[in-house]
Amino acid sequence: MTATTPPVPARPGLGSEIGRAAKAFPTLLRIGVSEVVAYRAEFLVWILTTNMPLVMLAIWHAVAADGPVGRFDQRAFTAYYLGVLAVRLLTSNWAVWQLSMEIRDGTLSAKLLRPIHPILALAAEHLSAVPMRAAVISPVVAIMLYSGWDRLLRHDSVLLVILLASLVGAWLLIFFSMVLMGSLAFFAESALGIFELWLGVHAIFSGYLVPLEALPHWVRGAANVLPFRFMLGFPVETLVGLLGRHDALMALAAQWGYVALFGLAALWVWRVGLRTFSAYGG
Amino acid sequence: MPPDPLIDVRNLSKSYRVHKRPPGLGAALRSVLSRKYELVKAVEDLSFQIGEGERVGFLGPNGAGKTTTLKVLAGLLHPTSGAVRVGSYVPQDRDPRFLQLITLVMGQKQQLLWDLPPSETYAMNRAIYDIPRAQADETVRALVELLEIGDLVNKPTRQLSLGERMKCELVAALLHRPRVLFLDEPTIGLDVSMQAKMRDFIRDYNLRYGAAVLLTSHYMDDVVALCPRVVVIDHGRLIYDGDLQALARRVRPDKRLTVRLSRAVERADLEKLGTVVSADAAHAVLSVPPARLQAVVRDALAALPIVDLTIEEAPLEEVMRELFGARAKAAQAKDAQAKDAQAQETQAKEPETKAAQAQAQAKEEQEKATQAASGARDETRAHE
Repeated sequence: MTATTPPVPARPGLGSEIGRAAKAFPTLLRIGVSEVVAYRAEFLVWILTTNMPLVMLAIWHAVAADGPVGRFDQRAFTAYYLGVLAVRLLTSNWAVWQLSMEIRDGTLSAKLLRPIHPILALAAEHLSAVPMRAAVISPVVAIMLYSGWDRLLRHDSVLLVILLASLVGAWLLIFFSMVLMGSLAFFAESALGIFELWLGVHAIFSGYLVPLEALPHWVRGAANVLPFRFMLGFPVETLVGLLGRHDALMALAAQWGYVALFGLAALWVWRVGLRTFSAYGG
Repeated sequence: MPPDPLIDVRNLSKSYRVHKRPPGLGAALRSVLSRKYELVKAVEDLSFQIGEGERVGFLGPNGAGKTTTLKVLAGLLHPTSGAVRVGSYVPQDRDPRFLQLITLVMGQKQQLLWDLPPSETYAMNRAIYDIPRAQADETVRALVELLEIGDLVNKPTRQLSLGERMKCELVAALLHRPRVLFLDEPTIGLDVSMQAKMRDFIRDYNLRYGAAVLLTSHYMDDVVALCPRVVVIDHGRLIYDGDLQALARRVRPDKRLTVRLSRAVERADLEKLGTVVSADAAHAVLSVPPARLQAVVRDALAALPIVDLTIEEAPLEEVMRELFGARAKAAQAKDAQAKDAQAQETQAKEPETKAAQAQAQAKEEQEKATQAASGARDETRAHE
């Protein structure tokens, strides 16, 4: 630009942008719920496909009939896998598929034109599915309460607070990891392939297939330093009373550390990727 | 150049890196190990300015770089080089205040929520753009009235026809009262009466809010009805920026004389007057050089059973066809020249080669073909 060009006005601070997004959030959530209701059949089918914990429950229930496996008897396995099902349904989302598709087919363009950060809008869209999911999983939770009542949260209100914080942390960690991998679609056509690989590792180290306690010592050691346990295993372990206050607090700190790490990484990849966005078709 | 341009594009270039792969399984497998990329220059060294309240047509053949330019202006794409300003903002910074200032409507894409009524999209936009409820309600009411879509806004989007959806889309895009409208084929797929309504609406919005409009459309009627000024690009480069009528006069100076006849006449009688574009028993359209127009009209009135007579510029479609046709020929001639020069190099020892003859011929052809386009470039300079 020439010297006569007026200077670019200073961009409003991050606080202003977040404040603006927070103001819009209730409306975005309300519309998100309306969309979920409009897609109710598809939504229910999607929920029903999350049946692996029930398959694993049947297997381990049969194994525990001959005697407990470590600290797990039949009732503990029931509580654990129903806990896995409930936490998984509450915290999972589909951001990676949505984002990679929107980047590749260019439909992201419409979202980039709005004066709200697209990741905040995406978060609102996915959060709005939580109430409906909570309603769907309420029978699962009721059975779990019945099966594991004697050990549930060790009847400790501090663990209840930690559980709630861990559920929020798990949701954010999963969301940011999905945004991170979805944003790889800016650079690579195989972003979803990378995510499939991620899911395979997640199934082992998150406690999704087998409680981490029942795995060899070295796997448990690896699980404690990898992010996967903090997406699923940790909240479930807290819920069914496998963790005491100290261990739960330590795990919570590690989980939120990962939330910050993945949040920053996701935003960085997003920002760099946006520079390469081709907006084909959009 | 407008004194204080609202849109300021200077030396804009945008290139894409495109993965090239021939068809077939073998090529697919080879591309796994080694990929070939090609740099495609979508826009090259493009400069223009648009002032507040201007309506400008942005024209060019398919693949000329129009949509890429609009996407850069809307902040969706980062320029490879050059500088772009809209208002006082750099679009690719995506400052929320910039996004509040503009809208981009793409005829083939939509922002309406598919399974919900358009009114829900309006509610969402009201929240996102932080528009006071009273103002949003008033804007929706005014736009709904202008576009005559009263009952439609409460029907699920998926149940609306294309034209209805497009109107609802415009309301969503204009709810925040943008001062800059980027319209990419806004009337595509609409029937003639709907196209006319859309044009009226866009003109009305422009006049009411003083908004600048940059419009691309393959329907030249849109451009003629809306845009006194056009910016024409081809292969990403500016070839004309100026008055639409002046472009038509420069590229296709001949006037179009249309006569309605009370009875059929011999074609030979028409051909005496000018080039016959079309003729039937009741009508005839002649192409006449401006210098001869007065004489031809006088002769026609004397010799033909004329009921009605009109004189117009050549249709814009023809002007564009001629302009781009001339450029395409020039490009082909240039290609041929380059190929022949190469061939000549390999046969350098021969005193006079066929390649040299072809080169001379190609050069001559190129000179002829670029004459029409050079007039357009002169006009661009005059405008600047």
